[in-house]
Amino acid sequence: MIYHEMIVVGGGLSGLRAAIEAKKAGLDVAILSQVHPARSHSGAAQGGINAALANDPAGADDTWEKHAFDTTKGGDYLGDQDAIVQMTKDAIGCIFEMDHWGCPFSRYDDGRIAQRPFGGAGYPRCCYGADKTGHYLLQTLVEQAYRHQVKFYTDQYVARLIVHEGVCEGVVSYDMVRGGFEAFSGNAVVIATGGAGRTYINSTNAVINTGGGMAMAYHAGVPLKDMEFIQFHPTGLFSTNILMTEGARGEGGYLINDLGERFMERYAPKFMELAPRDITARSIQTEINEGRGIGGKGYVYLDLRHLGAEKILERLPGIRDLAIHFEGVDPIEEPIPVVPSQHYTMGGIDTNVDGATPMPGLYAAGECACVSVHGANRLGGNSLLETIVFGRRAGAEAARYLSLLGSKRTSARAADSVVLAMENKVRELGERKGSEDAYAIRAEMTSIMKEHFGVFRDGPTMEPGYEKLVSLKDRLGRAGLRYTGSVFNLDMIRTVELEGMLDVALAIGAGAVARTESRGAHFRTDYNTRDDVNWLKHTLAYYQPGVAGPRLDSKPVQLGHFEPQERKY
Amino acid sequence: MPDLKIRIKRQDPGKGSEPRWDEFTVPFEGAFTVLEALFYIQEHLDGSLSFRYCCRASVCGSCACYINGAYRLACQTNVNHLKPGVVTVEPLPHLTVYKDLVVDLDDFFAKYEYIKPWLILKSPEPERELLQSPKDRKKLDMPTDCILCGCCYSSCPSVWGEENYLGPAALLKAHRFEVDSRDEARKDRLPLFDNERGVYRCHTIMNCVEACPKELNPTEGIQWLKRAAVRRRLWGRLK
Repeated sequence: MIYHEMIVVGGGLSGLRAAIEAKKAGLDVAILSQVHPARSHSGAAQGGINAALANDPAGADDTWEKHAFDTTKGGDYLGDQDAIVQMTKDAIGCIFEMDHWGCPFSRYDDGRIAQRPFGGAGYPRCCYGADKTGHYLLQTLVEQAYRHQVKFYTDQYVARLIVHEGVCEGVVSYDMVRGGFEAFSGNAVVIATGGAGRTYINSTNAVINTGGGMAMAYHAGVPLKDMEFIQFHPTGLFSTNILMTEGARGEGGYLINDLGERFMERYAPKFMELAPRDITARSIQTEINEGRGIGGKGYVYLDLRHLGAEKILERLPGIRDLAIHFEGVDPIEEPIPVVPSQHYTMGGIDTNVDGATPMPGLYAAGECACVSVHGANRLGGNSLLETIVFGRRAGAEAARYLSLLGSKRTSARAADSVVLAMENKVRELGERKGSEDAYAIRAEMTSIMKEHFGVFRDGPTMEPGYEKLVSLKDRLGRAGLRYTGSVFNLDMIRTVELEGMLDVALAIGAGAVARTESRGAHFRTDYNTRDDVNWLKHTLAYYQPGVAGPRLDSKPVQLGHFEPQERKY
Repeated sequence: MPDLKIRIKRQDPGKGSEPRWDEFTVPFEGAFTVLEALFYIQEHLDGSLSFRYCCRASVCGSCACYINGAYRLACQTNVNHLKPGVVTVEPLPHLTVYKDLVVDLDDFFAKYEYIKPWLILKSPEPERELLQSPKDRKKLDMPTDCILCGCCYSSCPSVWGEENYLGPAALLKAHRFEVDSRDEARKDRLPLFDNERGVYRCHTIMNCVEACPKELNPTEGIQWLKRAAVRRRLWGRLK
């Protein structure tokens, strides 16, 4: 058994920021991550990070209050407004801190941090470093984690929480290099494992974004909140769903249909291509569904040619490289084929504004958590912000909890029993003469999520989709391992993680079927308006052992700053 | 649907087995990457195959390996762009293999940590951002593109010959901070690379430039550091 006062699961921006904050408070902190933290999916974020710095002349009167309003409206009024206000207030100091730590933001001529327009925002508020903002922020926080001597354990697949008498006391992890399960005990655990994008076949996300941290908390009895709200990014590459940043439109890129029209004029005449993502994604999907995709096919064009080579090379060099490598298209010469692609999980582990979950000792931050600040639809540039703001807050709160706790010991027996349970589980999977193929089940699940819980939803489509997920869960019980070696056993990891993915998928599906309204990214053609009377509330999904789907509950949305009104852009 | 013939160098040192080559046949259509082929094999043909993966979009550096005798990211390598015939995939050479395509990068990251890869400020932090002109910011473009994949480190003959040499990636990171107008490390970082473990081990063989999947130029960064080190030594002596 290995002990650290605080265990952080996940080495992306949220986990790193939480660890640094706790380390600064004098705690012994370790990060466990499936990949080296510098390889985390935070690094794939491109466009930028929002904060009302008011650096751009066109945004000189921007304020955190306006940022809070845009975020609330963008989220279709499902976000908790005190939390949103907290985030937009904290944002400004967090950006300056990242600058002081060396983040290479792009600059205005006067040397201040550059800001670009982004979707759903009234001002150029999105601080950026070319189109590599996530990579720059991630490198910066990895550097700071080394500076503060945060302990890294990499090549770790964290499988389960250790819970003793209702209190979280650590995790059990598969050490891929050593080849075996190990208990990492700690009196505070911060989950920062990112989203569950890979439950969908058409995701922009990294292959490791399987919702593992969400599943781990969910299995331990912590509710998942608002899981039905799945963001589809308007512009993923057609053939691979690799992200083409909203910054491409922030810099002036057009969306074009088969008739050569800038069709956003019909859907969001004022904001055009910079309408919020839910609206833009639905507009593109409508064009495709009505036969105005390029050549009648399933994509539209993101056209950057009019920006000119110089601007593309300076502001969007990463986008250009990706389009060339993965789509065979040079955006300087040709328009880019794009399609709405699963991008972000608005829902997640139920936390408060300090990252605390209902379970003592357990915290969560970033995409795996749901505070909620994004409500029913996240604005571009707010996810990087969320990681830094709430990573910091979760780290500080966990440190405060630990200082109140004093020198409480963790239970070795509880830790050992979870290690044993995982060892038994894997042995049983290895001995199972499975009639089912876990990879076929994974492929079916990801297709079901796309087809039945996509951009447009309705009851008659979702209900059979949900039943299919239930039957997949049953079939997964008959799938065994093909390989039982101890070192770097991907077959074991990918089979065990699939259980969690299916449970998360069921939570998404159950929430979507139950919510008989349209709000933000959850758009139902059979209930196509927002219903504040019945549905201005958060969905809570509780895991039910032995039952396929969750038990659903709800809790009220915290209002108080902005009255819900109709969303127009 | 054509078939891809792919040979993978396999090894499970924990079991004491010698390296061997396994050949697989993978069906594919259209654009198809080596990483997709590895997943196909792991899912359908041989569940024991081990490799690292994450972003599949050439920004994380996890899947760096040696493909057809060249350093590449498996996810960025479209098999249609390789020369016709059997594709060979090996782990990054000159590193300890954990299993199959998975190598030990602990030394690589230890050397990265050694050069103090963080911005060192000595002046009090201002209330707002530290100002930096676009011209000064531009100097960071190349070195900050590094994804720490390890290709350059694996390719460098000076690393093969001297295990203590910091290598191209760590030195490029030193360059990234030394060239940053905001950094005030001065003598804090310089002695770490101005020595026999550091910049003078680089003999400008430039394998790193050829190996880098992000098309960066670590050698150029190292030469910049050499000039800075010599300049400061001379300046220090004259003073």
